[in-house]
Amino acid sequence: MKRTLLALATAVPIVFSAHAADKVKVGFISTLSGPNAAIGGDIRDGFNLAIKLAGGKLGGLPAEVIVADDQLNPDVAKQNADRLLKRDRVDFVTGTVFSNVVLAIAPQVLESKTFFIGPNAGPAQYTGAQCNPFFFVSSWPSEAYSEAAGQYVTQRGFKNVVFLAPNYQGGKDAANGFKRYYKGKLAEELYTKLGQLDYAAELAQIRAAKPDALYVFLPGGMGINFIKQFVASGMSKDIQLVVPLWGSDQDIIRAVGDPMLGLFSLGHWTIDLDNPANKRFVAEFEKEYKRLPTGYAASGYDTGLLLDASIRKVKGKIEDKEALRAALKSADFKSVRGDFKFGANQFPVQSYYLQVVAKTADGKIAHKTMGTVLTNRGDAYVQDCKMK
Amino acid sequence: MRRWVTLAVAAAAVAFPLVAQPLGWDFYIGFASRIMIYALAASSLNLVLGYGGMVSFGHAAFVGAGAYTVAILMAEGVASAWIAWPLAVVLAGALAAAIGAVCLRTRGVYFIMITLAFAQMIYYVAVGMRAYGGEEGLNLAARSAVGFGLDLKDDVTFYYVVLAILAAALFALRRAMDARFGRVIEAIRENETRMEAIGFPTYRYKLVCFALGGAVAGLAGALLANQNSYVNPNLLYWPQSGALMIMVILGGVGYLYGGLIGAVALLVLEELVSGYTIHWQLGVGAVLLAIVLFAPQGLAGLLARRRDG
Amino acid sequence: MSGILLLEQSLNGLQFGLMLFLLAAGLTLVFGIMDMINLAHGSLYMVGAFLAATFAELTGSFWLAVGLSLVGTALIGMALEMSVLRRLYARDHLSQVLATFAIILIANELVRIIWGPQVPLSTPPALAGPVQIVPGLDYSSYRLVIIAVGLAVAVLLYLAVARTRAGMLVRAGASNREMAIAMGVNIKRLFTIVFGFGAALCAIAGAMLGPILAVQVGMGESILILAFVVIVIGGIGSIRGALVGAILVGVVDTMGRAFLPALLREFLRADLASALGPALASILIYVLMAAILFWKPQGLFPARG
Repeated sequence: MKRTLLALATAVPIVFSAHAADKVKVGFISTLSGPNAAIGGDIRDGFNLAIKLAGGKLGGLPAEVIVADDQLNPDVAKQNADRLLKRDRVDFVTGTVFSNVVLAIAPQVLESKTFFIGPNAGPAQYTGAQCNPFFFVSSWPSEAYSEAAGQYVTQRGFKNVVFLAPNYQGGKDAANGFKRYYKGKLAEELYTKLGQLDYAAELAQIRAAKPDALYVFLPGGMGINFIKQFVASGMSKDIQLVVPLWGSDQDIIRAVGDPMLGLFSLGHWTIDLDNPANKRFVAEFEKEYKRLPTGYAASGYDTGLLLDASIRKVKGKIEDKEALRAALKSADFKSVRGDFKFGANQFPVQSYYLQVVAKTADGKIAHKTMGTVLTNRGDAYVQDCKMK
Repeated sequence: MRRWVTLAVAAAAVAFPLVAQPLGWDFYIGFASRIMIYALAASSLNLVLGYGGMVSFGHAAFVGAGAYTVAILMAEGVASAWIAWPLAVVLAGALAAAIGAVCLRTRGVYFIMITLAFAQMIYYVAVGMRAYGGEEGLNLAARSAVGFGLDLKDDVTFYYVVLAILAAALFALRRAMDARFGRVIEAIRENETRMEAIGFPTYRYKLVCFALGGAVAGLAGALLANQNSYVNPNLLYWPQSGALMIMVILGGVGYLYGGLIGAVALLVLEELVSGYTIHWQLGVGAVLLAIVLFAPQGLAGLLARRRDG
Repeated sequence: MSGILLLEQSLNGLQFGLMLFLLAAGLTLVFGIMDMINLAHGSLYMVGAFLAATFAELTGSFWLAVGLSLVGTALIGMALEMSVLRRLYARDHLSQVLATFAIILIANELVRIIWGPQVPLSTPPALAGPVQIVPGLDYSSYRLVIIAVGLAVAVLLYLAVARTRAGMLVRAGASNREMAIAMGVNIKRLFTIVFGFGAALCAIAGAMLGPILAVQVGMGESILILAFVVIVIGGIGSIRGALVGAILVGVVDTMGRAFLPALLREFLRADLASALGPALASILIYVLMAAILFWKPQGLFPARG
């Protein structure tokens, strides 16, 4: 009985403190369980690192990060968002990994006039007519990676390509992006169930289609399994596999190892990008977490930097939403990607690089930047957005 | 004694939002609405499983059917609750009647399995409906429009609407079970062969019971779609049916308030324990196991026994 | 449609089906002999996979790990049977469903507490590559080994059930429990052994599928449903039914997922086909089960006379 009362008591927010901006609360909803838990963990680690390096503060205000696990379940995410918005009254919501979660919670976050900063999935819906002053994406527009991949595949002269992605918003965006830039023939367009782990049936179909290249959009645990099974099926020597940055990131490299060498990927960031912010980030991340960072961690870190710079710009007055929005939009910070700016629809405009998986000087396996595929690329829908 | 308790609980339920708001417990008004909606769903299962003795492992399909009906209509521009909600009830009931017609031809474990099979089929249909969200689910542009100057977007208004519907449903359940229909259904649950021998069309009675349970589940689904402003195929996944069954047995199979007590117990337990640890399912599982092994009549049964003995 | 594609998908279906058989065999015995619905069967499969992952890490040998996991899971299964499940034999199906569902919840959390949400398990390095079956088809050697293991277990099981004394007792218990008791069979011990054996089979399946899927909390739930579909199709209590049912389900599911979307594209508009295809493919086995129940409510090879 006493415990019940205690629980209820701790659940009641302290009513009489009007929301004074003496600290900033960030609601961090991410996928922290299941085969894709590594992604959420990476974003969180990158984000927390940025806060740590800023002395536990964002923009000078003490930062409190409330973490919730969405379990890759939009229902659970919605309840998390409800709690964070109504009970904990957070100032920002970030951390989301998958587009289906973003689409589920965005309406309620935006309606409560809380800033949403997507550090990973940036569904195409919000780039055009549905753009919203409270909706920011700090990573990349959902279709961008696939656009870069389509560009690269065309440049390399591949004529017969298979496309594979899970059957969800992210996968659809990937298809749109890829087809926008790839000018050759699409031998097959395969869609799998989100969360599927056994790709035997799809691999058989790929084999039957006899493509010369394969573009696969499978994040997290799905990607790991696919690559392992792809190598096991013997097709990796004849078919060039092209993936987005995170289709060959450190988590997957750790799991698959040497068979990954020679794999090409496209990304908005590479671990060896030569700028001071990135060098600091990679060194600090390795020191803190004893592993090399992935693109997800870089994104989380950048999001932290973005919040830090923006809150500092409004001198801690985060209640002034107009000013805060302007500060966020100006993106006045040194990103680990080099140049970073937002388009009119509050999605990033940036360059996309070609990378190959190779052995580094000290024997580790990591990405090597080979060149730039798209420069200053925004997205295809920004003209539909009516915001200034 | 029981009358007094019922009135006290009802009064507390009515007073809750008025007390909660000044305390800043806004989040918990929505939480309470959610409990009541699940109480409605669990009660509908109680009708089928508790009173009817039919172990339906696919009940979540009917909740989902009601929810999707409202969501799809909203997506197509039909926002009126007066159209959407009755339609949800009718469609869910019709679906239950169709599925029941096939399933009730089997007995025992085969019945359980085939209800599960049908529920899975409907789940995959929902996942396959790309036009209506598929895997991502479907956001509702707004809550249903009720008219009378009431705006369901206001959590408090919504709470009272749900409360009214739940009360009406429980009242109807009581009347039905007291009437001839209820007696026959319970008698069939006790001994179907005997009822058949006497000359009752047991299949028909069971089918009606099954369909009614499905229809009320559809209503719960419609409310759930409103509560979340969102539907997604997870609503139909089989562990959801399992959760409803847990509520029914936790509360008390075949007792009028079994569904209500079970929903309150499970959801409150979940919320409290998950505040302490992410491993709350361990606690829930242990409690459930204990109840099945040692208190098969559920919480309502325990209360009843304490009163009598 | 090329012969190679057909061959490869058939192998896929066979592989999937045989692993399902391992799960279904234990499940059908428990159901047939003890008349108990055991939803926690999937949890034993999960425990088997986790144990295998741990032993693989400790010993460095995949096959040793499978063996150790087999023993460990069998012991855990028997302990579970003796402590909790034994009390449920006399109860009705609803109670069994709920109690074993509770065990699923408990098992998931215990595994999460002990191991975390996921652990890695890799194929043995020797089997990470392909093997050429016919020119043009390099099939994953590991999957071939799975098929081999599945077939070997099926043969062993057949020999055990049909040719040994213990197997005879099992068949007697499945076909008529009361009579078996009346004839003096020590039913309590038989049940415990049968249960442990079923748990061991689960462990093999969990350990072998671990490298292909993922060793994670909750992995039992998705495969459990399929296992139930298999035993209902095959006939409760019949191992032969479990084998036939499992291969049928494995092949139908794989072929359906592989060819149905393409087939639909011949008759329907492209976007309609790509929407309907995967949905229909997933539903196929449930439709199959419903159809079989309609015509043969006892399944294909009912054990009971």
